[in-house]
Amino acid sequence: MKMRFLWPLTLFALLAGLLGIGLTLDPKKVDSPLINKNAPAFDLGQLNDSTLHISPDNLKGQVWMLHVWASWCSVCLGEHPLINRLSTMQGLTLVGLNYKDDRLAALSWLNKLGNPYQAVAFDPEGKAGLDWGVYGVPESYLIDKHGVIRYKEVGPINDTVLKETLLPLIAQLQAETL
Amino acid sequence: MIVELGHLALIIALCIAICQATLPLAGSQYGIRSWIALARPLARLQLLFILISFASLIYAFLVHDFSVRYVASNSNTALPVLYLISGVWGAHEGSLLLWALILAVWTAAVTVFSRSIPNNMVARVIAVMGMISTGFLLFMLFTSNPFERLQFPPLEGRELNPLLQDPGLAIHPPMLYMGYVGFSVAFAFAIAAMLNGSLDSAWARWSRPWTIAAWVFLTVGIVMGSGWAYYELGWGGWWFWDPVENASLMPWLVGTALMHSLVVTDKRGAFKAWTVLLAIAAFSLSLLGTFLVRSGVLTSVHAFATDPARGVFILGFLIVIIGGSLLLYAWRASTVKSSVRFEPVSRDTGLLLNNVLLIVLAASILLGTLYPILIDALGLGKVSVGPPYFNSIFIPLAIPLAWAVGVGPFLRWRKDSGQRLAKILIVPLVGSVVIGTLATLLVPPYFTWGALLGLITASWVLCSLLVLVIRQMSIRHLLSRFGRSQLGMLVAHAGIAVFAIGICLTSIYSSQKDIQLALDESYDLDGYLFTFKGAERFSGPNFNGFRGVIEVTEDGKMVAELHPEKRFYQTGMPMTEAGIDGGITRDLYVALGEETVGRRAWVLRIYHEPFVRWVWAGGMMMAFGGLLAVFDARYRRRRLAAAAVSATPIGVPA
Repeated sequence: MKMRFLWPLTLFALLAGLLGIGLTLDPKKVDSPLINKNAPAFDLGQLNDSTLHISPDNLKGQVWMLHVWASWCSVCLGEHPLINRLSTMQGLTLVGLNYKDDRLAALSWLNKLGNPYQAVAFDPEGKAGLDWGVYGVPESYLIDKHGVIRYKEVGPINDTVLKETLLPLIAQLQAETL
Repeated sequence: MIVELGHLALIIALCIAICQATLPLAGSQYGIRSWIALARPLARLQLLFILISFASLIYAFLVHDFSVRYVASNSNTALPVLYLISGVWGAHEGSLLLWALILAVWTAAVTVFSRSIPNNMVARVIAVMGMISTGFLLFMLFTSNPFERLQFPPLEGRELNPLLQDPGLAIHPPMLYMGYVGFSVAFAFAIAAMLNGSLDSAWARWSRPWTIAAWVFLTVGIVMGSGWAYYELGWGGWWFWDPVENASLMPWLVGTALMHSLVVTDKRGAFKAWTVLLAIAAFSLSLLGTFLVRSGVLTSVHAFATDPARGVFILGFLIVIIGGSLLLYAWRASTVKSSVRFEPVSRDTGLLLNNVLLIVLAASILLGTLYPILIDALGLGKVSVGPPYFNSIFIPLAIPLAWAVGVGPFLRWRKDSGQRLAKILIVPLVGSVVIGTLATLLVPPYFTWGALLGLITASWVLCSLLVLVIRQMSIRHLLSRFGRSQLGMLVAHAGIAVFAIGICLTSIYSSQKDIQLALDESYDLDGYLFTFKGAERFSGPNFNGFRGVIEVTEDGKMVAELHPEKRFYQTGMPMTEAGIDGGITRDLYVALGEETVGRRAWVLRIYHEPFVRWVWAGGMMMAFGGLLAVFDARYRRRRLAAAAVSATPIGVPA
């Protein structure tokens, strides 16, 4: 048996290993070093109006969620109906962080699919994303009334996470006093 | 009752598949004739039972049997009949059943069109296809049974994914699957040849028409998918480098390479090991596509199902099928002695170059598709790889490929001379520079270097094909039945030129604008005046929505009235149906955005897309060329000749 005919098999073994690891990965298992730390500051223009600025400081005293998304992210498309539903919840301020995106593309994305956010910070270079430790898109951060990050979800939120983790946590955070 | 019948039929089909995978193979290995003879009847019987199963699932949809989980999750009583039927393959379980059905159809086709092939070879081919079928049927019965009953049936079913409620969906997946699964025939021939131990070129000759047929289906499937996305997603684009699109493009690229490489193996006996590897790769990528889409390893718009058990099963199946065949390859390919020699300038080299470019392209796309998983596996989080990566690898590889298309058909086998080629090709080269430059100056509204490069490339392909026609054959010869293969090649290669013109002009000169228009307000895009004439509520069989009216005028003359729609299905996700006025040189396209409260105005997304239809026309030309080649008389003649040969010994004592 000549070695060169084993190459395809070797490559496939590597690929199969990779896919195997890919299957076992649980997107919820990624811990962020930022949990229970103060939310990093940023001061960004809003997506629909760059003259209006938005910063975490303005949101102190509210329970809010920072949702990182982009119009080029196909995963976000699947997650969007859930975010739309989340936006109707009382007592949760939903803030979008539009990450490394094109303003026009992002705006028409929201136009087409519905805009669930009270405000969207526009971060074309991903500077704020860097401070927040954004791995990829989408990601969601839940911040309490004191401005402390309490929860992070890497990847899309699904119904189970929403029901079993997020909703109880949001209720708990809302009950906390300043 | 009918549903249980379908379930039972599926179980029986599995038992038949297991027999089909083992008995004929053992028969041909140990020379047991009666077992070899079982191959054809078993394959046909399997088709019958899967058909029964498939028909029962359609029946369950038509009578709204919501006690079946799959029916309840994917249809309701308001769904129109067309989508009740196409809903059968609108989600995971049903599309697997469609996969299995199509595999059975291909296998049955092999049993019919294989008279000229030795029986023990056919037995092996059918056995290999039986193994694949066994895997799929096991997968379905254990993890994704479409016939599963609900203990408490709901009164009303849920909604079929609104994205899929489009006539295009009724035919797109079956076409695509015909292509994917069709590559299993070439795969089975390659495996059978390796099992046989004689990796000669006979298997390549036999699998050529099958490979082309599968490729034709895949091409049509991809073109239709692209058209469907254009119309249904409301983004104006025709290709999004979505993982599922990539999953269909990779087998297409490798299948294209395989088609060309099979020619070399058939005619020259060269590239034997390489062609086998391509046959394995084309089908493996089809399976990998299934894995990526179905397992939820990659999330995309198309991914219907995410269930870890399914992912593990498919991965195991992949390891058995692909790993097994590559192991067999490592063992057998080393025994192949290739004594075929060829010079650096020859058709052999040309086809090698074609293969290298196509494979590099497919590999780069595979890398881009898997990169998110790799990053995830390394614990670096989840990412999306976007169109910029894919565009930046596609264009530099596709342009040399198009130039090679112009040279390839002129090359002679084994040895050719550069001087001879230069003498022939100087004419189309000059012609293409002149025509391409003129076209760039005359057709588009303004000059760009990209358009110049693209149009010269397209003209080069067309000019060289024209020279080929003039030089090598009279038109009469071209149309005679012996030349269909050649004619097919010409049409398919001309399709590449048409495709290139489409891509080039539409990607450079398309304009798009998001604009808010109140009643009777207008916007001018590239000389087309879009006037908003209001939007009205309307309701369809299972949705409510708005239908807008937009008039388009050019120089004061009415060109089109567009009716974009925005639909709301039960699930709440708004769906866009674009209003499109299509033409040979341009499409006008409007998607309805949101109503602006208070102003009675609507946000509209308007597009002017020059030559976008050429992209699909080019794709369809490629498919048509392939179709001509499949029906080439050579394959039929060979069959008749072989039938004559096998008929002679009758009556002669052995």
